[in-house]
Amino acid sequence: MNLDDVLYNSHSCWMDPSGPDSDVVLSARVRLARNLEDVPFPSRMGEEGAQRVLRMVERAVEDLDRDPQLGPVGMFRLDDLGALDRQVLVEKHLISPNHAQQPRGRAIILRQDESLCIMVNEEDHLRIQSLAPGMQLDEAWRMAQAADDVLEGRLNYAFCQRRGYLTTCPTNVGTGMRGSVMMHLPGLAMVGQARQVFSALGKLGLAVRGLYGEGSEAHGNIFQISNQTSLGPSEEEILRNLKAVSAQVIAHERNARRALLSQTRIQLEDRVWRAYGLLLHARVISSEEAIRLWSDVRLGVDLGIISEGISTETLNELLVATRPGFIQKVVGRELEPSQRDAERAALIRHRLRR
Amino acid sequence: MRPVLCQECGKRPATVHLTQIINGQKRELHLCEQCARARGELGIMGEPFTIPTLLSSIITDGGHTFPGAGQAAGLRCDRCGLTYAEFARTGMLGCRHCYQAFENQLESVLRRLHGTTVHGGKVPSRTGEEARLKREISRLQEELAQVVIREEYEKAAQIRDRIRELEKKLR
Ligand SMILES: [Zn+2]
Ligand SMILES: [Zn+2]
Repeated sequence: MNLDDVLYNSHSCWMDPSGPDSDVVLSARVRLARNLEDVPFPSRMGEEGAQRVLRMVERAVEDLDRDPQLGPVGMFRLDDLGALDRQVLVEKHLISPNHAQQPRGRAIILRQDESLCIMVNEEDHLRIQSLAPGMQLDEAWRMAQAADDVLEGRLNYAFCQRRGYLTTCPTNVGTGMRGSVMMHLPGLAMVGQARQVFSALGKLGLAVRGLYGEGSEAHGNIFQISNQTSLGPSEEEILRNLKAVSAQVIAHERNARRALLSQTRIQLEDRVWRAYGLLLHARVISSEEAIRLWSDVRLGVDLGIISEGISTETLNELLVATRPGFIQKVVGRELEPSQRDAERAALIRHRLRR
Repeated sequence: MRPVLCQECGKRPATVHLTQIINGQKRELHLCEQCARARGELGIMGEPFTIPTLLSSIITDGGHTFPGAGQAAGLRCDRCGLTYAEFARTGMLGCRHCYQAFENQLESVLRRLHGTTVHGGKVPSRTGEEARLKREISRLQEELAQVVIREEYEKAAQIRDRIRELEKKLR
């Protein structure tokens, strides 16, 4: 497969709006952390160890590539890619910022539609990730598990009966699994209930993070809910818990939206249309403002306030298309922040009018 | 699944989770909403922080040493060379043997992190097969010892061949 097809394309498989509960849930993701038996973990494997892992994984990937349900896939060494390309991969949530910043001896394995992406030599030798649109945790689990089974046929994993899959960080040991659900929760934020809901999630052993995870505040009212513990319960139990709690959050969000609509309809409509107007006409727009307005417009579309001229799919694509790296990739050169803000505004106008 | 407690107050469950890489070291911060607000960790993007990680504080028990931690600091994994003190500082293990080298200490770390210490999920099928083979081999070895005691040498030879066959499969 051709990596440029992914890098220049703002569309990803998870943006398909036909997924279940897609008025609230953007995507579901399952990640499995795996290490090889014979090489120290990435924190201590050194350059030689990294190259050994890459060679062993390369051979195993041939099996993935041939698998009719999983392939074709491509494997790309990160130090063969430019910094901008790596940034786009981060913006598409395919690799972590840490993976992009230290490309040496690291790689990604990617399926064209981005439903499967494996980071090689990040914190663990393998981070198998699968992504599905809407509330489809089971779909994501099925694909991650299938990839895991194929790789395991060629690679000896570091595994112990008592502790399960052995990982670099003891927070991931056991199943090595992190299930997460990306949700848009503007209703809860507007009625001031987000805090209560998140505190309840903490009590249930789940974690909440903002969209661009890693130490950042939630932009655009997008939150990622995931399991915090990985040892003890089975993968299915972990996912069952996550699904049950997510269903509650979705119900709360819908209640909040209904309440807003019935009690403050005109204010809500005003907010949505103003946001749409700004996105349609602005000449300069920062990524922060863009995602704030995005949230209002997306809510307007989901509530039927804006009923034509704009699709959920286009809005989902804008989440990636308005990111700094993607804009520079499309324009084809590095841009100053102020130039980016102008290009961003132009890109949004173009996409919304299409 | 048990909640992780706020690293600041230690009372309320942590609902705000931050991860940062500072000087190549991973730091995780788990706070309740109140403490996060008080520290200004909410609303500021990527604001650096330098307090020890939850993990590190769990490993070192918030600066107070848990039983055995004094001796543990000198422990070292003989395969990858990681010391327990280094692990306590970074929260990262160096290889699969570290799990054995620090087994006693990890028991309490895992209990605090996950509320439990024993895996209950998926087993790789190849490892499953290996475990089955090993069990079968040790069963045959016991049987072999018995037939040797009874001086049934013909049977002993058969069992020994069977063991060799299984051992070949293991490699
Ligand atoms: Zn607190
Ligand atoms: Zn070690």
